[in-house]
Amino acid sequence: MAKFIALRFLQGLLVLLAIYAITFFLVAATPGSPFSSERAIPPHILAQIEAFYGYDKPVLERFWTSLTNTLSGEFGPSAVYANRSVTDIIAESFPVSLKLGSISLLAALLIGIPTGIVAAVRRNTWLDYVPMSVSMAGICLPTFVMGPLLALVFGLILRLLPVSGWYGPEYIILPAATLSLYYAAYFARLTRGGMLEMLNQDFVRTARAKGVPEWTIVWKHCLKGGLIPAITFLGPALAGIISGSFVVETIFQIPGLGQWFVKAALNRDDFLILGLTVLFAALIVVMNLLADIAHVALNPRLKYE
Amino acid sequence: MSGSVEAVLGADEDVGREPATPEIERGASLWRDAWHRLGKNKLALISLFVFIAIALFCVVGPFLSPWDSQQQDLMIGAQGPSATHWFGTDTLGRDLMVRVMEGGRISLMVGLIATLVALLIGVLYGATAGYLGGKTDAVMMRLVDILYALPFTIFVILLMVAFGRSLWLMFVAIGFVEWLSMARIVRSGVMALRKQEFIEAAVSLGYSHRRIILKHLIPNVLGPVIVVATLTVPAVMLLEAFLSFLGLGVQPPNASWGVLINEGQQNMEIFPWLLIFPAFFFALTLFSLNFLGDGLRDALDPKSARD
Repeated sequence: MAKFIALRFLQGLLVLLAIYAITFFLVAATPGSPFSSERAIPPHILAQIEAFYGYDKPVLERFWTSLTNTLSGEFGPSAVYANRSVTDIIAESFPVSLKLGSISLLAALLIGIPTGIVAAVRRNTWLDYVPMSVSMAGICLPTFVMGPLLALVFGLILRLLPVSGWYGPEYIILPAATLSLYYAAYFARLTRGGMLEMLNQDFVRTARAKGVPEWTIVWKHCLKGGLIPAITFLGPALAGIISGSFVVETIFQIPGLGQWFVKAALNRDDFLILGLTVLFAALIVVMNLLADIAHVALNPRLKYE
Repeated sequence: MSGSVEAVLGADEDVGREPATPEIERGASLWRDAWHRLGKNKLALISLFVFIAIALFCVVGPFLSPWDSQQQDLMIGAQGPSATHWFGTDTLGRDLMVRVMEGGRISLMVGLIATLVALLIGVLYGATAGYLGGKTDAVMMRLVDILYALPFTIFVILLMVAFGRSLWLMFVAIGFVEWLSMARIVRSGVMALRKQEFIEAAVSLGYSHRRIILKHLIPNVLGPVIVVATLTVPAVMLLEAFLSFLGLGVQPPNASWGVLINEGQQNMEIFPWLLIFPAFFFALTLFSLNFLGDGLRDALDPKSARD
């Protein structure tokens, strides 16, 4: 187990390094520069700006400096917003996105997994059909359709909830609902599938024959194995919530990392793009590592392979 | 050879009737059964018709409409649905119905072409890994596992920024993201086929790897490939709309459904129809493709049918 975790951890580090390099060279290969603007800047001033940000050096040297800086926790200045460093921007907006993302993911798990379990246990009853049909709708409606529709209905027609800004707890509800609905639906379907597979196993029949109560069969015998598909999906779910936050934060005007990333991409803010990509990638790699560990912990068969 | 055997058997069973030709006999195996099963699945059939209807609406519609999607009428501006403009007009006075149709053309085109790119990469990669097996397979599939875990949307965004926002780049970029599931499915199918006699026969006849993969293995995994491809189209369209929504995809004056939904979202307080019509068509298309994909899976692979 320890060896497995160490191996996956090293692999995660390598993946991060690869992502860092790919992002850096992709951004560096982009034509134009973050300092080209509509206003004509005198060449000597432009040269000075480029020297300040290190753009006068060869690409490989810049890569090395930026990598060592990043490893020491310094992402560099923002190339577009003067006097702000990438670290500042992250420190300011990360809590917002973290709150939104973790509430959404938690809500998705708390709604999706119990729904999936109930649907599997009460298979082919209305407790199965109704949630599964709703979940199909949840999967088919993308965030950028769901978000505006929720805002239209609950914000503008019913006037129950605010539709933009980030001031109090009521501002979280609509964006979190938009983000979590898809994943709640997905988790419900995965859990239902996993539980059904477990409930059809021979040992369940044996347990039933021995007179073990249904409740114990579900909780003690099937739950661990039945949750595996949902657990495996945690990493991709986090990745999806991060990219979903690009849309949701734009729709609901939330000052989080997602909105910064979109702005950085549109403005060619090189350091900010790099910093945010690495941060997102690190989050996803960590989540995948946790999911891998949970997967092995829940599935004893894997330990012997 | 096998055809004549079947013909003989067929003649034995129903005496007095014309012996069935080998082609019809072969058709009765997988594909006709699948079509039969699909025909019994009402939801999948309705989805198929809805999808065809939407596709026709988008492809043929603009020729029949009196309006031009670029023709602005600033005097009338945004107006609600009426007898002259069935879906209303947008803020520049352009007919929304034609814009939805032409947006659908672009969205569907991206969906089909990017899926083809994904199909090509995924099938070749998966078939190679599954056929070669052993260490090569382990390394190739581990790579897929790692790629699965990556924040791909971020890379697509970076690619669009780095190399300009052209449609063709988008096809390729999205295709490069969506091939992973395809590779997995093809690989597991090929793994199962590899040990069978007809492959052994092909190997002993001295056929090249290339020929065996292309002519013997890939045609036999076509069923699951079609299913995954049907489910990849909505995923691709979603990604395209996502990019366009963020302003990184299709650029004006062209408009895909993602662009229209974005414009609608910005104006939804005053002109809600600008959001409702494109969102409705987009969601309906995704619905029908997803249900159709599910139905095809049940039809082509009864073993995996959900109970």
